Amino acid sequence: MNIRTAAERVAIARHPQRPHITDYIQALFTDFFEQRGDRLCGEDPAVLGGIALYHGRPVTIVGTRKGKTLEENLQCNFGMPNPEGYRKALRLMRQAEKFRRPVITFIDTSGAYPGLGAEERGQGEAIARNLMEMSRLTVPVIAVITGEGNSGGALALAVADRVLMLENAVYAILSPEGFASILWKDAARHGEACELMHLTAPDLLRMQVIDGVIPEPAGGAHTAPTAAMRTVDRCLYRHLAELSKESGATLAAARYQKFRRMGAPIQSGQKEEL
Amino acid sequence: MNSIFAKRRARLLAMKAIRDNYVPSGRLVSCPHCGQESERKAVAQGLSVCPKCGYHFPIGAYYRLSTILDPGSFRELHEKLPAGDPLSFPGYREKLSAAQRKTGLTEAAITAAGAIGGCKCVVGVLDSRFLMGSMSAAVGEKITLAIEYAAKNKLPLVLFAASGGARMQEGILSLMQMAKTSAALARFSAKGLLYISVLTEPTTGGVTASFASLGDIILAEPGALIGFAGPRVIQQTIGQTLPEGFQRAEFQEKHGFVDAVVPRTEMRDTLSQLLRLHQRGGLS
Repeated sequence: MNIRTAAERVAIARHPQRPHITDYIQALFTDFFEQRGDRLCGEDPAVLGGIALYHGRPVTIVGTRKGKTLEENLQCNFGMPNPEGYRKALRLMRQAEKFRRPVITFIDTSGAYPGLGAEERGQGEAIARNLMEMSRLTVPVIAVITGEGNSGGALALAVADRVLMLENAVYAILSPEGFASILWKDAARHGEACELMHLTAPDLLRMQVIDGVIPEPAGGAHTAPTAAMRTVDRCLYRHLAELSKESGATLAAARYQKFRRMGAPIQSGQKEEL
Repeated sequence: MNSIFAKRRARLLAMKAIRDNYVPSGRLVSCPHCGQESERKAVAQGLSVCPKCGYHFPIGAYYRLSTILDPGSFRELHEKLPAGDPLSFPGYREKLSAAQRKTGLTEAAITAAGAIGGCKCVVGVLDSRFLMGSMSAAVGEKITLAIEYAAKNKLPLVLFAASGGARMQEGILSLMQMAKTSAALARFSAKGLLYISVLTEPTTGGVTASFASLGDIILAEPGALIGFAGPRVIQQTIGQTLPEGFQRAEFQEKHGFVDAVVPRTEMRDTLSQLLRLHQRGGLS
């Protein structure tokens, strides 16, 4: 793997030519059928979801969509979902559980949309509900962070048995700009923030926040998309094969334990006073 | 014997609550909401609510507990869980020490077993004086341990949120506490147990987008700011000023995210009523 600074990886993760969810769907899946709407009040194009075949086997795909042209960008709100997007995602994941389909999510978002309407319609509640329900799904769940994965807006699709990151993807509590502006009241210090945030794939693997790093072609996924897709396919296939051997209950229990351990001081998770 | 312990516990909480008393010293206190001055004693006796306009002053965690728990029922849980610095973030340890000195707390969450109106329960409280009640790994761990303790002992759970959101200095590990606490609540809920979430000033960011929004019943203190994105961020995003009362408790009630806005003076009775209503199922 290449040695890059965190700031360089952020730049690659945001590269406009970096493969999008639609590229992954086209390259790795067949028979994709898009499902729209949260069945409550709306449809959010910033979240793309549906059913497809993966190596001949039905799966549910959910992910954030940024769009490729300016027109698409605007339509998809630059990949920043509203509550309807998260509620649609939950609807599709529950349906996947009903029909015993694995769930594969693709994440590339600068975060949940911080808008007036999003707040009125319960952005926080929508994300919280996803975290809770994803933790107990009884089908395999794999999350692939392909570009940027920021804040609860990314986590709401990433409570998975395997959280995989492309080599140059980043995953963080919020954007380095936002981080710098909250902590130092100076968004211009985002470069400094990148290095302190531990947001790169190798860092997060070391911290056991993620479960695997998917290598990219030397110049980044956008320089050789076909090769990049092949590697993603290989990794996905391997992890899915592993997970498919487990029962639903075992999967949910292991997923719970994985997140239960995060940030727990050693042994204190087991100990109980009184 | 039992009563000796109960008395001792009552005294302990009373002492901690006094230390917590948020009302600034001096004979008069001026309200940040209406600007009017009131006698310090009148404010303190009215649970730190402005006697003129009903503004709810932020209060410390132990003081909060003393206002809702039955006297002598307080028993702190996981008191010794230490604060951490998982990313070795520059300057963070000093910030933690300063917050600890200022508040007398180890971290931003206090959890306890106790009783409200005779009903046993587990109560967790975030303290907004400690780094804005932000969610560190230790806070997430303490909340999760409290949820697990309640689940194991089949007790109802009451959590008071007061948080600006994530603890920046703990980065992604702060984010993961959202998943951890929400997952623990999924297990708790599957056991058929009651979780009451109380939202107080302020409840925003990662806490709103995790355990605070997952109560079977959600209460809020009047005027509390409740939302996912902070008002400043939203204003920057949409480039216009926000409507009056946006994201306040009453707004959230109107939009369907809060069961009831409950003044601090009625909180204890409301919680007691809700716990009683859940003491047995309607079919049993």
